[in-house]
Amino acid sequence: MKLFELRRPADPLEAIRDVLSPGARFIAGGTTMVDLMRLDVERPDVLVDLNHLGLTDIERTADGGVRLGAMTRNADVAHHPWIVAEYPVLSQALLSGASAQLRNAATTGGNVLQRTRCIYFRDVHAACNKRIPGSGCPALDGYHRNLAVLGTSANCIATNPSDMNVALISLDAIVSLRSSEGDRDVAFAEFHREPGDTPECETVLRPGELIAAISLPVARPHARSYYLKLRDRASYEFALASTAVVMSFEDGTMRDVRLALGGVATRPWPAAQAARLLEGRSPEPKLFRDAAELALLGAIGRPENRFKIELVKRCIVSALAHVTLAEFL
Amino acid sequence: MTVSPSPSASPLTVSITVNDAAYRKTIDVRTSLLDFLRETLGLTGTKKGCDHGQCGACTVHVNGRRINSCLQLAAMHDGDDITTVEGLARDGLLHPVQAAFLQRDGFQCGYCTPGQIMSAVALLSEPCGSGDADVAEAMSGNICRCGAYENIVAAIQDARHKLDA
Repeated sequence: MKLFELRRPADPLEAIRDVLSPGARFIAGGTTMVDLMRLDVERPDVLVDLNHLGLTDIERTADGGVRLGAMTRNADVAHHPWIVAEYPVLSQALLSGASAQLRNAATTGGNVLQRTRCIYFRDVHAACNKRIPGSGCPALDGYHRNLAVLGTSANCIATNPSDMNVALISLDAIVSLRSSEGDRDVAFAEFHREPGDTPECETVLRPGELIAAISLPVARPHARSYYLKLRDRASYEFALASTAVVMSFEDGTMRDVRLALGGVATRPWPAAQAARLLEGRSPEPKLFRDAAELALLGAIGRPENRFKIELVKRCIVSALAHVTLAEFL
Repeated sequence: MTVSPSPSASPLTVSITVNDAAYRKTIDVRTSLLDFLRETLGLTGTKKGCDHGQCGACTVHVNGRRINSCLQLAAMHDGDDITTVEGLARDGLLHPVQAAFLQRDGFQCGYCTPGQIMSAVALLSEPCGSGDADVAEAMSGNICRCGAYENIVAAIQDARHKLDA
């Protein structure tokens, strides 16, 4: 691991000043950062420790929603009674990810910025356009079973590995950013970027900006939600495909439908068109399949990950059936 | 606060309590909490398996919560309270989870056992269903290459029943 200078700011404002130093990076729960520093993928000159400076509250917002401080731990969010009762999709997504130990350390803000599990990104001896822009992408013709079929480019097909991010898209979450230039809010669905020609730019975060909180708008009355994750083993494994669905019912029809996909895309993936197809309709299997087909329009499979296109379609249908089950009975 | 940034970036001084004993040590800034416990303090009960948060052998409690000590910099834990497997026994008596692992033969080679036990002790105070499958899910962050899982689950269930009684 490369030598670095550790800064322990007393409050978020000092942290924002510290991170403007050349080569500076934040460290929160450490579960991604220390791992990648040990692999030499992350080589910060200055590490700004965000522990012990607050941002740990889970609180009500004025509109009745919930605001999660960026340094809240994944386990605390997943088990919080408001989240379990009002935003079950978020609790389920968090508990489907990693292990109990990792969830105790990993933070909300850190999870938003979790890096890809692409083996070429994690191997400094390999080329990788995300790590070294312009160096090439061995995954295109190499090992890509766990990589993306949606939002890919000729430069990068790395998957965003977070379960939490998928749930946050389906909940219309807002990211609150703080910097010396002032504060700004970004819709969660606008926060992550597709790789395009610049796979090294993963989000709209600007230099010197700190994620301060994630806000969830008030849960709709009688809203139902569900996170379905498919993977190679039953626990402690990243998603091959996942679906987050949130909706409510009025007179037997689906309303305020939100669909998001994980494990199959270069960013947490909003399936907005598919959600619109369901809006105002009665649940039925044929309609679910049509929505799944629509969600995967334009998907590009490669030899090892082509199976994920059909897998995620079935994941969508299954998640929709689960959430609307009572309507069939 | 005892961690002070210095132009040379290293070393720095941390104050950490481990198993109720307060330590103040000067360390390389890169030292993981795991290496701090094993190399700086000589508490080798906590094991290094993968060093990437994938195996759970390094599980310890920080302020009462289980975490992978390999993914933590010791300097991030200045002022924190750590418990390792060496800190579980009281007055010469094994912790009920330790005793249950012995009783149920919850290991073969034993390398993952300190991590398994630290996870299991933490599990006792976490939200966890009553079934064997619930225990298996809550313990999925601890890999046992010998495959002693069946006896590990049995040991944890024994300890839970005993402590509930």
